[in-house]
Amino acid sequence: MNQSLDLAFSALSDATRRAILSRLAIGEATVMELAAPFAMTQPAISRHLRVLEEAGLITRRVEGAKRPCRLAPKGLAGIDEWLGLFRRALEANYSRLDEVLAIQAKRRKDKN
Amino acid sequence: MAELTLKTEGDKHVVVTRRFAASPEAVYRAHTESATIQRWMLGPEGWSMPVCICEAKPGGKIRYEWSDGKGAGFYLTGEFVELEPFRRIVHVERMHLPDPTPDNHIETTFVPDGDGTLMTMRMTLPDAKTREAMLATGMEHGMEASYVRLESLI
Repeated sequence: MNQSLDLAFSALSDATRRAILSRLAIGEATVMELAAPFAMTQPAISRHLRVLEEAGLITRRVEGAKRPCRLAPKGLAGIDEWLGLFRRALEANYSRLDEVLAIQAKRRKDKN
Repeated sequence: MAELTLKTEGDKHVVVTRRFAASPEAVYRAHTESATIQRWMLGPEGWSMPVCICEAKPGGKIRYEWSDGKGAGFYLTGEFVELEPFRRIVHVERMHLPDPTPDNHIETTFVPDGDGTLMTMRMTLPDAKTREAMLATGMEHGMEASYVRLESLI
């Protein structure tokens, strides 16, 4: 595995950084915008942004005192990575549904 | 095995299949009865769905609200288009983060497969870019991630 891919995966191993990336998938955002809805400190967000930037997953531009962030076009090299992460999300829901269905089946069996 | 498959089709579609060890009726009901939906469609560990409106009839409203119990949350709204009991559901949905994402048109089918059910969910997004954003936000929803959890660590 090449070094940039190592950095990208290591950056993605953190839940908060994945959440930041999904927010940025909707569009560009400033540190303040990323921090505000979650009552997070800006330095904490900034630390994560530095990791994402070093991994080549986001880019930042200068706009006055602000440095808005956006997803780097080649960062997550496209749809495959998003699919992988989305799959894990669905799997969590569906394993839970398996359990619900099993409980329902048992209840029906017990009734008969 | 209940292996999940997930793939893209063309520029605008995402297709998910999953087998369940239960009848099409049971799986269909788990997708249309709010009390059941609230038990599994929860996303990250520790999140719940305090509001679940699911009017399973053509034109019926969908509203799912998720909460992490610590003040963070988001919601999804939608409308049912067509329902064929125990076989097929067509609906439209969008996430509010808080701005609404473009509509995702979803057809879900439930086909008997031995003693279980094969579910196929075919999503249609307006374009490739929206599809990517949908996968990314869906990822956040389903993952153990939350800004709030981080807050407790700092």
